[in-house]
Amino acid sequence: MSRQPVNQRSGSPTEPTPVVSDMPEQSPDAAEREVREAVPDSGLGRRRLPGTRGGAAHRVLRAPEFGVAVAVVLIYVFFAIVGGGNGFLSLTATASWLNTAAQLGIIAIPLGLLMISGSFDLSIGSMVGAGSVTVGIVTGYDGQSLWLALLIAAGVAVLVGLGNGLLVTRTALPSFIVSLAANLIVAGLGLTVALQLTGTTSVPVAPSGFAAKLFDWKWHQISVSTFWWLGIALLAGWVLARTRFGNWVTATGGDPEKARRAGVLTGRVTISLFIFTALASTFVGALQAVQYTSGDPTTGQSYVFQAAIVVVIGGVLISGGYGTILGVVLGTLVYGIVNGGLFYTGWNTNYTEVLIGVLMIVAVLTNSFLRRLALTATKKGVTR
Amino acid sequence: MTGQSDRAASPAPSPTPILELIGVSRQFSGIMAVHDVSLTVYPGEVACLLGDNGAGKSTLIKIMSGVHQPSSGEVRVDGRAIEIGSPRAAQALGIGTVHQDDGNLPLMSVSRNFFLGREPVKGRGPLRRIDRRIAGEITMREVAALGVTRVTNADQPVGSLSGGERQALAISRALYFGARILILDEPTSALGVREAGVVLRLIGQARTRGVAVVFITHNAHHAMSVGDRFTVLIHGEVAEQFRRGERTREELLNLMAGGRELESLQAALEEMHDDADRPEPAIHPTGGRA
Repeated sequence: MSRQPVNQRSGSPTEPTPVVSDMPEQSPDAAEREVREAVPDSGLGRRRLPGTRGGAAHRVLRAPEFGVAVAVVLIYVFFAIVGGGNGFLSLTATASWLNTAAQLGIIAIPLGLLMISGSFDLSIGSMVGAGSVTVGIVTGYDGQSLWLALLIAAGVAVLVGLGNGLLVTRTALPSFIVSLAANLIVAGLGLTVALQLTGTTSVPVAPSGFAAKLFDWKWHQISVSTFWWLGIALLAGWVLARTRFGNWVTATGGDPEKARRAGVLTGRVTISLFIFTALASTFVGALQAVQYTSGDPTTGQSYVFQAAIVVVIGGVLISGGYGTILGVVLGTLVYGIVNGGLFYTGWNTNYTEVLIGVLMIVAVLTNSFLRRLALTATKKGVTR
Repeated sequence: MTGQSDRAASPAPSPTPILELIGVSRQFSGIMAVHDVSLTVYPGEVACLLGDNGAGKSTLIKIMSGVHQPSSGEVRVDGRAIEIGSPRAAQALGIGTVHQDDGNLPLMSVSRNFFLGREPVKGRGPLRRIDRRIAGEITMREVAALGVTRVTNADQPVGSLSGGERQALAISRALYFGARILILDEPTSALGVREAGVVLRLIGQARTRGVAVVFITHNAHHAMSVGDRFTVLIHGEVAEQFRRGERTREELLNLMAGGRELESLQAALEEMHDDADRPEPAIHPTGGRA
């Protein structure tokens, strides 16, 4: 019936949304007529229903990342004005806050996917430390190659992720509890292993070779972390928006029971994503070990909250079922800009937490408002 | 028991029933949920399953859609006795079930809901991805084919649709994925009058296409408007089976409520009504929290 191909989100913003004008005008339903009479015509053509007008604006407003995109621009402009004179806009400063944001972002992206699927991972904190100390022990203490260290770290990550995922899917335990326990267990084990083997919690790392370049290379001062972040964001964004797996991630978070009934393998989704968060966290641990030339099992606990915060600021629904990778990336940028920018204002950097706290509340309120708008705007138009 | 089912089945318009339950019982930890139920469903007919809450309707649906297996009795599809081991097995047999909650995820788009779990893909290997153009086109075509012209954009979130439209989406989804037997669990119970009308019209359309519809409801009016055959369940057993035109709506209502119970209820209600007509100062709120 609909002769015109219905484009999904990819359509250019200027392209009009395919509307009723395309449908044969067979007996317009009484309700439809009612709506047309009740809502004054926008002048865009008599056969259009009110909710479908202004496709581009509507689509932008409906996007989950709309609020946080505005926030990124406003906050950047603010710090450019206040801190620009002190060098906030310089390449050094930019590269620095980008690196901070990138390391957080590499963890926040898989955590975002996991939260969209309705689970939570608190073990990321210890997994950063585990990655870091593994690199320290294998390369610094034992003198083996970085490749071997990465292989071992990845193995540990897969085990922890699998453990988390299996416990969450096989028992009815909340992921919050399971991963909190995992966080403690991994932290304790990492510390024990480091102390027993090396006698210190700060194992020196002397990276060299190609593998080290992958973690500590710079392009015009911009750390390779930033490019890893970008790459992971593009990949995860594509997976979430375009693939079956991505569709299943959102559905699992929306309602696992309904998703299962529709044939979605929700258990596989959850377990894969737990493995993904663990891998990303150990990866960041390895990045830090090489960049800071030290393997430390206690590093990374601050990511537990920071990562969750930027995911929520990025418009991911905390109960799952809604969110985008672009939103998570923008949320991470907010954090990075505030964290890096405050230093250049000359104010007390302790305000970072205050500001982030306030931003988080504002973000959650804005996001839930936008989400409601997305649902009701169309509803009013099409069905009243 | 066989007497009842034979009576209902004898003047069949089509030689083979597509779905039959023969003397089906199911108990849960000793409690009999349904007992000795026989039911025959023909293609191009609407079989209504009526009963009050707790009459065993849900258990029967779950047996037909593969969630539960009968403790005793037989399920036949296309005349062959068969064990429906899982919801997936039921789907493979062409049994599509639309649950009361309609199964849609409100924050996902119409086309993503339509194809959830069965997404059309293009590309190969790691580049395999959802064919969104195909998904959007098919969704719009299928929804429009059922006469729901108010779903105008495959990208709009299902949460923006009304309850009737969501049911319609779920029904068109089941039909598109090859349901020959469509089990609808209380599809009209949460809907307003007009919305229920939309869904009833869809049921009629599915019947015209030759689909066998099992329509579960406790609304006698809705059942009478589209049903061809009626089965009334009381306390897990078949109380009555009849064909279109053999009973009036009042008779059906009486049956569902267990006859006498409804009469005594009506009497009690009328009494209350009479009481309410009299001015009764004692009921007036006297300040409440003061």
